[in-house]
Amino acid sequence: MTAGDIVEYVVKSAIIIVFLLTAFAYMTLYERKLVGRVQVRHGPNRVGPGGLLQPVADGVKLLFKQAITPRGVDFPLYILAPAISVVAALVTFAVIPVGPGGVNLFGYRTDLWLADLDVGVLFVLAMSSLGVYGIVLAGYASNSKYSLLGGLRASAQLISYELSLGLSLVGVLMLTGSLSLNDIVNGQGGTWLGFIPRWYILVQPLAFIIYAISGVAETNRAPFDLVEAEQELVGGYHTEYTGLRFALFFMAEYINMVTISALAATLFLGGWRGPFFGGPWWLLLKIALLLTGYVLLRATLPRLRYDQLMHFGWRVLLPLSLLNIVITAIGIVLLG
Amino acid sequence: MLSSYVPVLVLFLLAAGLAALILGLAQIMGPRGLNAGAEDPYESGIVPTEPARKRFPVRFALVAMLFLVFDIEAVFFYPWAVVFKRLGVFGLVEMFLFIGILLVGYIYAYKKGALNWE
Repeated sequence: MTAGDIVEYVVKSAIIIVFLLTAFAYMTLYERKLVGRVQVRHGPNRVGPGGLLQPVADGVKLLFKQAITPRGVDFPLYILAPAISVVAALVTFAVIPVGPGGVNLFGYRTDLWLADLDVGVLFVLAMSSLGVYGIVLAGYASNSKYSLLGGLRASAQLISYELSLGLSLVGVLMLTGSLSLNDIVNGQGGTWLGFIPRWYILVQPLAFIIYAISGVAETNRAPFDLVEAEQELVGGYHTEYTGLRFALFFMAEYINMVTISALAATLFLGGWRGPFFGGPWWLLLKIALLLTGYVLLRATLPRLRYDQLMHFGWRVLLPLSLLNIVITAIGIVLLG
Repeated sequence: MLSSYVPVLVLFLLAAGLAALILGLAQIMGPRGLNAGAEDPYESGIVPTEPARKRFPVRFALVAMLFLVFDIEAVFFYPWAVVFKRLGVFGLVEMFLFIGILLVGYIYAYKKGALNWE
C-alpha cells in the first residue's frame, strides 16, 4: 500500500460522505414535496426556486438552535448515541460497488467502489446492527420516559426484523456462492433469452419482498415507525435532543434509507448493471425509485399496532424467509 | 487480507470526524442561558416526578433471547449458502436436518406463547 492508495481512499470516502449528505438533504425535501402532492398541496415552495433551498434553510436553522442537555442524562452515552447512529449509517456504504472496476477517470485508473470485502454482506449486517446501539443508548441515556419507551420499542423491532432481513439474503448468497457484493453484482450480468436481465429479483421474488418489508422496518419508516410514533411517544428516542444533535439522528435515518435502497438495488436489481449503459447512473436511478417507494408507503399507509408489528415479524416474515431458503435450495439441486 | 479493510477504516475516521464536527458546532453556535424548566425531561408539560429509568416489561428481554437463538442460526446459514452449489444433495439434506431442528425450537416457542405479544 502506498501513499497514493491512501489518498485515493480519502477522496473516495469524501465523495461517499458528500453524496450521502446531499442525498439526505434532498431526500427530506423530496419526501415533503411528494407527500404534499399526495395530500393535494404544494409542500415547501418558498425558499429558493420551487423550494429547492429548503434543506439549506433547515440546516442553518438547526445550526443556531440551543444545545440543551437535560438534567440527569448519562452524558457520555447521551452525546455518543447520535454519533454512533450516523457513523454506522455512513460506513455501511463502503462496500457497495457503484460501477465496474478498472475505469479511467481523468487519466487515473481506479475501481468504482471503496472496499471490496470478501464478507461484504456480513459487514453490512454488522453495521446495521451497530446502528441499533445509537438508538438504544439514546433511549437509555436521555432519562426521559418517552425516550426510554422509544428506545425499547426500537431495539425489539430492529432485532426482530433483522432476522428476516438477514435470512432473506441467504437465497441470493446460494445463487452467487459469495458474500462479496462485487461478485453478487457480477453474477447478475447478462440476459435470459437475449432481453431479460438476469437480476436476482426474478429468481428470488419472495426474498425481495421480505427484504423490502424488513428494510422499511429496519429504517423505522412508516408503516413501521412505532419507534418515533409522535402521537404516543412525542419523538421516541430523540425526544431530548435539540438542534444539530437531533439532526444527526435525522441524518442517520435518511442515510439508512439510501443505504437499504442501494443494497436492494445491488442484491436484487442488478446493482449498477442495466441495459444500454452500465455504471453509477443505473444505480442512482434504482435508488431513486426505491426511495420513491419509501415515500409513497409513508404517504398511503397507517401505522401498525405494536403487537401486530411483532406478530408480523416473528410469525409471518421469519417462517417465510426460512421457506424461501428451502425452496431455493431444492430449486438449485433440481435444476443444477 | 486485512489490508482490504483500510479503506473502511478511512471512511470510518472521516465519518467519525464529521460527527464530532457537527456535535462541536452544536455546542458552539447555539444561544446560551436557560429558562426555568428547560433542563427538565419533556413530559408534555407535566412536571416529572421520578426518574425514567425504572422497570420495563420482561417481554423485551424475551425478544432479545429469541433473537440471539435465531440470529446465531442465521450466522450458520451464511457459510453453508456460500458453498451450497459444491455440496449438492448432501448440503440439501444437512440443511433440512438443521432447519428441522430449528423448526422444533420455533414451534416450541410458539406454543409456549413466546411469540405472542399481548
